[in-house]
Amino acid sequence: MYIIIRPDKCNGCENCISSCPYDAITVRSGVAVINNELCQLCKACLDVCPEGAIVEVEDTPQPSGISHELSAYKGVWIFAEQRDGKIASISYELLGVGKKLSEELETGLSAVLFGADESEAKELIKWGADKVYLCNNPTSIKFNDEIYSLLFSRLIEQHNPAIVLAGATTIGRSFIPRVAARLRTGLTADCTSLEIDKETKNLLQIRPAFGGNIMATILCPNHRPQMATVRPKVMKRGEYVAGKTGEIIYVKADNLTSRTNVIDTIKEVSELTINLHEADVIVAGGRGLGDAKGFKLLEGLAGAMGGAIGASRAAVDEGWISYSHQIGQTGKTVCPKVYIACGISGAVQHLVGMQSSDIIIAINKNPEAPIFSVAAYGIVGDLYEIVPLLTKKIKEIKGITSL
Amino acid sequence: MNIVVCIKQVPDTAEVRINPETNTLIRKGVPSIINPYDLHALEAGLEIRDKLGGKVTVLTMGPPQAENSLRDAISMGADEAVLLTDRAFAGSDTLATSYTLSKAIEKIGADIIFCGKQAIDGDTAQVGPEIAEFLGIPHIAYVKKIEVVNPVRKTPFSDGVKDGYIRVHRLMDEGYDIVESSIPVLLTVVKELNQPRLPSLKGKMAAKKAGIKKMGHSEISADENRLGLKGSPTQVKNIFAPKIKSDRIMLAGSSEEQVSKLIKELRKIRMQ
Repeated sequence: MYIIIRPDKCNGCENCISSCPYDAITVRSGVAVINNELCQLCKACLDVCPEGAIVEVEDTPQPSGISHELSAYKGVWIFAEQRDGKIASISYELLGVGKKLSEELETGLSAVLFGADESEAKELIKWGADKVYLCNNPTSIKFNDEIYSLLFSRLIEQHNPAIVLAGATTIGRSFIPRVAARLRTGLTADCTSLEIDKETKNLLQIRPAFGGNIMATILCPNHRPQMATVRPKVMKRGEYVAGKTGEIIYVKADNLTSRTNVIDTIKEVSELTINLHEADVIVAGGRGLGDAKGFKLLEGLAGAMGGAIGASRAAVDEGWISYSHQIGQTGKTVCPKVYIACGISGAVQHLVGMQSSDIIIAINKNPEAPIFSVAAYGIVGDLYEIVPLLTKKIKEIKGITSL
Repeated sequence: MNIVVCIKQVPDTAEVRINPETNTLIRKGVPSIINPYDLHALEAGLEIRDKLGGKVTVLTMGPPQAENSLRDAISMGADEAVLLTDRAFAGSDTLATSYTLSKAIEKIGADIIFCGKQAIDGDTAQVGPEIAEFLGIPHIAYVKKIEVVNPVRKTPFSDGVKDGYIRVHRLMDEGYDIVESSIPVLLTVVKELNQPRLPSLKGKMAAKKAGIKKMGHSEISADENRLGLKGSPTQVKNIFAPKIKSDRIMLAGSSEEQVSKLIKELRKIRMQ
């Protein structure tokens, strides 16, 4: 036998703390927990709790992920990220793949949204969600690892979805592992493809490893939920149905505290967005630019195409551009629709960060440069001649099509 | 200040390939290195120790030969090294790995735990945050600058704990956040944070002589059901070589002609 505090019932009132003669109870992130190594099973805390959250449990502690029958877990969930209250594009991509999976499993698709209002939740429904769990409490607006992971894992424990997907974004990759650890279930990072196994109905989670040099299929056969983060810009959005309606369930986030605190948020000042993970087009420069001014030229092209600026390590090491633009093994991994590599020779360390882009265009003086081995289109020539020409042509086309 | 730095010995991924016939990894001749991000984690730990005192313990989990990476870390200036090695740990996924490391950290004791943002072989970035969850402490991922490390906190946080605090810059998709956290805390770091030092001669001598503490599952009081393959919810079903794009087109002609051809090709794609 042992004693647990049910996190779904605990309101964080701390009444139980002083009741314990062994100091085994602490409040973490607004929920009381019992340290099983200190607990002497004296039961002094049982009657103190006003919420009845402290209960005796028989047998040895079981990880929550395997304590129920697997079949008790139903439905596909996605975590819908927002930025400044607006749904981020990764959320629509997750709904796209989530819809496909839920149809194959003949089950529902739900979205979980923290820190946005009802009109945004309705958008999620139109993009495919049947239900939205919405928390628009002030504490949930700013991203906070502890609060987000606690809220999200509570919801999962209450509703037992079979599959939980989130974006492999900075936010998703930071707090989703905490959720998986809390639930003691498996989590597969940065998936590029998700399918349902026809026989077992398990989720097949496909992801690159070793810098994209190999692909692996990962399973989570005996634990639920099956959790994965999904690489942005890989999954297709689903169909937008303007008249679609669904259910919005309001979630409370009272009494949640955190030991981390965001003091300030600084947007990096750049005329072009540097959010490389979300950009459709990336124009990247390397040592071949010759100096920092070369990036001005690339900004012109990126501006014309509505793209972001990337860089090779060589260009960052030269001090021509900040590290936040670096793509490759020790920078960011990106997969835009179009990647234009200008004056980048294509060291393997760079290639692993961009080779899964849809269309790679390489512009380089050296016809032997390894970048051409991954490029769909190769131009051998002087980038200072090619890039301005390309920029001009694209502007012309855009001018025509916008008429 | 007790600092624990988690490091991983990894194959130099740039050299790892897959045998397309057998679908197995070709590891032969691939050199092992300390995961590059972990060097930045170690440097961060060493800098704090140099300023505030205390000690830096490097921790790794792996086969006996992972000891080499610990000796490399000592040559850079780490004070102590712990190798978690046990057959029971074999086959661990991120959940089992994090659990095992967290049990070891409980034994070692730590105010600040540093990890690299991810390892370059698996690229999951999951172990750091999962360790923090198992330890019941906060974490901050993608740290690019450490502004303040204060062992004594000025104003208690809402939980009433009067521990120290730390203020760091966390890299986000569109800039960065300035974040404060109570201590103990786990930080995962990016390359921008610092420039790792080179091993000193004194360090190299120390590394040769240093005793490496080895721990198995009983030394860290771990639940055997949560270790290794048994404690790993995820399984690798198969691995395969990525599709190679073979539809490469090299454009030819003058710059003007090449650009026109490219535009034509791009418009074709957009039409589809």
